[in-house]
Amino acid sequence: MLIKDGIRMDGRKPDELRPIKIEAGVLYRADGSCYLEWGGNKIMAAVYGPREALPRHIQDPTKAIVNARYNMASFSVEERKRPGPDRRSTEISKVTSEALESVIFTELFPRTTIDVCIEVLDAEAGTRCAGITAAAVALADAGIPMRDLPVACAAGKIDGTIVLDLSSEEDKEGEADLPVAIAPRNEEILLLQMDGHLTYKEFEEALELAIKGCKEVVKLQRKALLNKYKTFEVE
Amino acid sequence: MIRKIVLPGTEVGDAKSKLPGKGVFKEGDKIYASRLGILSEKGKYINVIPLSGVYDPNVGDNVIGVIQEVFKNAWIVDINAPYPAFLNLENVPWRVDYGETSKYLKVGDVIIATIAAIDEAKNIDISMKCKACRKIEDGIIIEIQPSKVPRVIGKSGSMLATLKKYTQCWIFVGQNGRIWIKGEDEKVNLLIKAIRKIEKEAHTFGLTQRIIKMLGG
Repeated sequence: MLIKDGIRMDGRKPDELRPIKIEAGVLYRADGSCYLEWGGNKIMAAVYGPREALPRHIQDPTKAIVNARYNMASFSVEERKRPGPDRRSTEISKVTSEALESVIFTELFPRTTIDVCIEVLDAEAGTRCAGITAAAVALADAGIPMRDLPVACAAGKIDGTIVLDLSSEEDKEGEADLPVAIAPRNEEILLLQMDGHLTYKEFEEALELAIKGCKEVVKLQRKALLNKYKTFEVE
Repeated sequence: MIRKIVLPGTEVGDAKSKLPGKGVFKEGDKIYASRLGILSEKGKYINVIPLSGVYDPNVGDNVIGVIQEVFKNAWIVDINAPYPAFLNLENVPWRVDYGETSKYLKVGDVIIATIAAIDEAKNIDISMKCKACRKIEDGIIIEIQPSKVPRVIGKSGSMLATLKKYTQCWIFVGQNGRIWIKGEDEKVNLLIKAIRKIEKEAHTFGLTQRIIKMLGG
């Protein structure tokens, strides 16, 4: 029993997000960085570059390479995860790179790479969405020219109900999970994956809900970035 | 005047009446900011002055570089940009014979140079044939974020003049965010603290007054 009388196990309504906390510019040595807490997820994102791509044969003379690296800390899950890249994190790195690349003006920086490191310090369902959201804030903090501030959020289906932002139990026991990343200005889809089964009608409903969730999250991203640069009180 | 901070994707104007300048892009008939920065309008142009980001080299900039590699007829110089810069032996103020480059500048030497040319593939040529150009032999180099350089210099050099007046140090600010400082140890320490404060509070008002107060003016 995951949902009863329209209230979920953790007390949320079907269209309610978990609590989110975002902080921009937390790492001194990175060009841009972000720390994000999304429910039980704790994620640190750092952006380096644009910088010279090495070895030289990986350089693209027409545009910059966007190289995102998603990594889960061994202590981020209940059962210790074997450290290092695996099938799952390689895939997430790839889809994240592609989602971010489509909003960055890569043609402004030929022959360079933009490295994005996403470290999952604590995981509780929806880390890829949280990772993209944190990476977007870090990219903006690094001053990288972008068409829009990308944002991601998941929707899913539990006990036959379409809900927003699945928690750990809901993800494990539920019927479907649908992570979506968008460019909020024109709702261009940057990432769309699905795990489980949804009918076409349910899919459309879930997608709409996920986009609605994304638009809530983007407000928090903007607030976090503006917060870093708010005018100081003069002593 | 309130300076408005914009984020990537923020709508900043109408393309029918305004033209896109730097840090913005046009889509349809609207202009949007492409990066985090302060909005500024100059005539018909809308610009976003970046608050962060790497050094974007421009022809004519004076920069402080570190020799990275020595070739027979050129040096490769790190100028804190995403691309390495080439210093040809013809672009130095000394007569250097082919193959004798390492007699003049070695790996790790620090120079002031000017950016001579940038092509579309972002190959950067630098030259040491300018008034301020030289090899730096003493003093110290500190690095700040390149986007904060205009604030350290100030309006027509006002902040730089303030720093020089109150610390009696020799200061040279490279456009690439490297600063060369020479002076008494105590004064240099104070100056570095002041520069760090400018870097941290670059987007605030009344900064010059606070810096004067800090330097004991």
